[in-house]
Amino acid sequence: MFILNHLWIILALPLAGSMLTLLAGRHWAQKYVNLSSVGFVVLAFLSYCELAREFFNLSAAQIPWIGNYFTWMTAGNFRVDFALQVDQLTIVMLGVVTFVGMLIHIYSVGYMAHEEGYYRFFAEMNLFMFFMLTLVMAANLVLMFVGWEGVGLCSYLLISFFFQKKSAADAGKKAFITTRIGDFGFTIGILMAFWTFGSIDYKTMFAAAANMPVEGMHQWGVLTSICLLLLAGAVGKSAQLPLYVWLPDAMEGPTPVSALIHAATMVTAGVYMVARMNVLFSHAPAAMLAVAVIGGATALYAATIGLAQNDIKKVLAYSTISQLGYMFLACGVGAYAAGIFHLMTHAFFKALLFLAAGSVIHAMGGQQDMQHMGGLRKKIPWTFGTMLVATLAISGAPLFAGFFSKDEILFDAYAGPNANMVLYVVGISAALLTACYMFRLIFLTFYGKPRYDEHHVHVHESPKVMLAPLVILAILSVIGGWFVLPTYWGGKDYFQGFLDPVFASSTALAAKMHPAWTEPPHSLELTMAAIAVGVAFVGFLIAWYLYIRKPALPNKVANAFGPVYKLLLNKYYVDELYGAIIIGPLIWISRNVLWKVIDVGLIDGTVNGLAFLSRESGVGLRRMQSGNTRSYAAWVVIGAVAVTVFFVWMVR
Amino acid sequence: MFPPLQDLYRIAPELVLCAFGMLVMLIDPFVPATRKRSMGWLAFAGTLVALASLRWAALNQGSAYSGLFRVDMFSLFVHAIVIGVSALAILGSFDYLDRENIQRGEYYALILFATAGMGILAGSTELITAFVGLEMSSISTYILVGFRRTVLKSNESSLKYFLLGSFATAFFLYGIALTYGATRSTRFDVVNQAIAAHGAGPLLILGLGLIFVGLGFKVVAAPFQIYTPDVYEGAPTPVTAILACGPKAAAFAVMLRIFYSAFGSASHVWFWAIWVSAILTMCIGNFAALVQTNVKRLLAYSSIAHAGYILVAFAAASEIGVAAVLFYLAAYAAMTLGAFLIVAHVGGTNEQRLNIEDYAGLGTKHPWIAACFALFLFSLLGLPATGGFLGKLYAFQSALDQRIVWLVVIAAVNSVIGAYYYLKVVVAMYFHESNKEWAPMPMRAPMFVVLLLTAIATIYFGVLPNRLMELAIASARSLR
Repeated sequence: MFILNHLWIILALPLAGSMLTLLAGRHWAQKYVNLSSVGFVVLAFLSYCELAREFFNLSAAQIPWIGNYFTWMTAGNFRVDFALQVDQLTIVMLGVVTFVGMLIHIYSVGYMAHEEGYYRFFAEMNLFMFFMLTLVMAANLVLMFVGWEGVGLCSYLLISFFFQKKSAADAGKKAFITTRIGDFGFTIGILMAFWTFGSIDYKTMFAAAANMPVEGMHQWGVLTSICLLLLAGAVGKSAQLPLYVWLPDAMEGPTPVSALIHAATMVTAGVYMVARMNVLFSHAPAAMLAVAVIGGATALYAATIGLAQNDIKKVLAYSTISQLGYMFLACGVGAYAAGIFHLMTHAFFKALLFLAAGSVIHAMGGQQDMQHMGGLRKKIPWTFGTMLVATLAISGAPLFAGFFSKDEILFDAYAGPNANMVLYVVGISAALLTACYMFRLIFLTFYGKPRYDEHHVHVHESPKVMLAPLVILAILSVIGGWFVLPTYWGGKDYFQGFLDPVFASSTALAAKMHPAWTEPPHSLELTMAAIAVGVAFVGFLIAWYLYIRKPALPNKVANAFGPVYKLLLNKYYVDELYGAIIIGPLIWISRNVLWKVIDVGLIDGTVNGLAFLSRESGVGLRRMQSGNTRSYAAWVVIGAVAVTVFFVWMVR
Repeated sequence: MFPPLQDLYRIAPELVLCAFGMLVMLIDPFVPATRKRSMGWLAFAGTLVALASLRWAALNQGSAYSGLFRVDMFSLFVHAIVIGVSALAILGSFDYLDRENIQRGEYYALILFATAGMGILAGSTELITAFVGLEMSSISTYILVGFRRTVLKSNESSLKYFLLGSFATAFFLYGIALTYGATRSTRFDVVNQAIAAHGAGPLLILGLGLIFVGLGFKVVAAPFQIYTPDVYEGAPTPVTAILACGPKAAAFAVMLRIFYSAFGSASHVWFWAIWVSAILTMCIGNFAALVQTNVKRLLAYSSIAHAGYILVAFAAASEIGVAAVLFYLAAYAAMTLGAFLIVAHVGGTNEQRLNIEDYAGLGTKHPWIAACFALFLFSLLGLPATGGFLGKLYAFQSALDQRIVWLVVIAAVNSVIGAYYYLKVVVAMYFHESNKEWAPMPMRAPMFVVLLLTAIATIYFGVLPNRLMELAIASARSLR
């Protein structure tokens, strides 16, 4: 019970690592930086293991387990406690964050070895872990928001880690500002939640929401408004339409950052938040539909862009956006457990993909353009092998982790209580595209003839400290989904069963709302799985045909469908569109109205006038300050007379 | 009749402070001139023992000496502030006194005596006791202000402070006489009962007015703030740090007891006086600070302005208002003490670097000192996540709760004006090139500890204010 009684330890460990590294790391040799930063994250993971062990000994009545440490602030009825919470959902999220985080820290030891600001990198990574754990363990919305903003800050710092590079600094700013748009909604959502429930504690909020009536699809009430505002925050943080534009640019950061923050953990915070707020969302069907539609649209949309990208990390970035769309889709149709399941498996294989891509880039001496790779299979076999496993997992090859989680989402979209045929078709099409662009990546990178200058680029396999995390993640990308395996012979879904207490009330509500819905037969599940596998295989075949069988064909296709290809290559011109319709006018208004008229004319004028007045009165006061004791005494007398006259006049 | 032994426990902090003060005076002649710093450590130990003895006093809460003195949460809270201020100021004085070549034992003894006086002031529930406390702290500080005996300015401000201070005390004493004449008692509870029974007659109110003159002088409320810049500027800077924090807190404490407890039912009479005084104090402090080029003088004006903000919470005259005053005093003590001690440190020998342009380039040359100073200035300015911000927030909030809207509006405008002169110093530190060579400024451990503690306190009160606020509310509750 030690860790359960001292939950704060899990937070304190990475924070301590961060502070220590930041304050002392500058003067340390690299191995001490490693010891402090990686060491504290390993300790955090170990304490998580102990926490999980203790957690499984708890009885159902003791969950959620809440550790309330102190009252952070009170103002009238508004009260925020520094309180941490552990339930089944927390256990899953904590496991993903600490474990994947630990592996990426270890990998970074090799990857960042030659970079300047080594200690700064690790201090910021540790700080990120601290905030991410705060986000996941918080027992109220405000504390979650602290973590939420904290990870945003670390993301900003780490994207612009190479801050001498203008593109990196710009990308950091873009990420910060774009997510801030969503956070604006999130903040209002928190305030509205407090206004509605009188508290921002999860426990109180959910208890209050459970007793409220379900709102209609067309009659939005307060719950729908709150959920839509919270969704705005989630859309920003998880890079969904229309706020996804920052994530591809975020690839300017070092690759371990992309793997940890922009694939495995931070960007999934939006999904986690929606799942955490499931009681609220299931009372607001309109908001649920919005979640599903945004998720589905993003999944398909980002997958199409992924087809035409040449930068290996950009492909993975769009793939992340697309997979996050799947998770939103799952939450939107009420399959929260499936969404979280995909979040977990995705953390494994997407972190692996990024780390392997990092290994490729490392091997190629910094080259990221796949058009300048090719034929690397034999030269970096470990990287190739692990990346292939991850690709099979994300494409949904049978028995690989991604297969189970994606299959569950598609199944729920097709046959769940909130099933929706359109969403299913969108989802399955995105699955086809996923297999297609992922194998395109594999074929362009590892197969065919080398398209780089073999005399100048010395391709070499990465050091063991980088390969070990790859292998561990590859194993998890295979077996990470096997919790579900028993369902295929009619057994129990262990993952869903584990998370059931968290989502029980939402599941029950969905069943109540759709009385006509019945549990689909087992055979349907197998059929659906077969369809999904078939579709993925078609995607693989297309990639194989275009990039192995007829390598000249893609260019012809691109030429034949010139406008479409250009549209995809340029990511639908969304950045340009945003630039033209939002940023341009904003800059114009800022410069011509806010700056020249309001700032210079109105504000500066007023301020200068006031400053002039103030200074003049200051000068006057200075004259009063003659330094002469007698005149001071006179002032005291005048004051005393004034006070006494005033007092006596008051009682008159 | 002999007072019960328990009463001695209740004034344990004062006894400890006086005992150590006398001990310092007794040992001092036998300590060679080069070892005088040890007297400082002895005095510091005295403050620590006094802080520890607060616990003893806390275990024996209640009235002592037939209603002259009282130990309650309120008095303990103020005791903690004033003793803490003195302890840190003693640590912060070591280097300064060495530099000015005035390292002498009586300096520390006087600080201890002054602190004991402030303690009596905080716990007094009777006017004559309050007067004794006031004089004890005043007379000690008169001497401290003139402690740089060879410096003309220091002598001048000591004399000025003494003359004007005695003048103001005379008003206070006269107020006591009138109050006694009207109620036949000087005890706060009896005065309160008399007002409840017969209402407040002109004689009594006149007495209150004169008491306000005397205490207003100590808390630097306008129109009695006039001496402040001269005295603060001439005093040795560590003494200025004490003046700006300790006596002010103690005088505010006794003022709360008199106005809020004794004259609470006549609050309609004094409310407008406080209202007007608050506005005058804030405006005079801020506007005069705008044109200052001397950082020490600028901070003196800033301390006037802050007295005005505290008066805003004072005007609220509610439980939460009293709590806000106490919170403000604690947060203010931390940031002001830190700021003045940095001025003492940067000033160097003979306090030669006091102008704003002398601070140019401090940010690059001494980043840690500059960072601390910036923190204190931000807190004085009231930036979020600092103690100063929450102090203002609670003060203004408590006034708004009582629907004193205009006063809060004026206070808010004033705190914006304050931004100008605080930021001027920050800008100089970070964005102006240094025009002089910086002589090295070695920082010894005691000073480092003081800056660290005050900086931590400033951030702690700003980020996790709840603990302190709960204590302040409990203290306010014990007042009535």
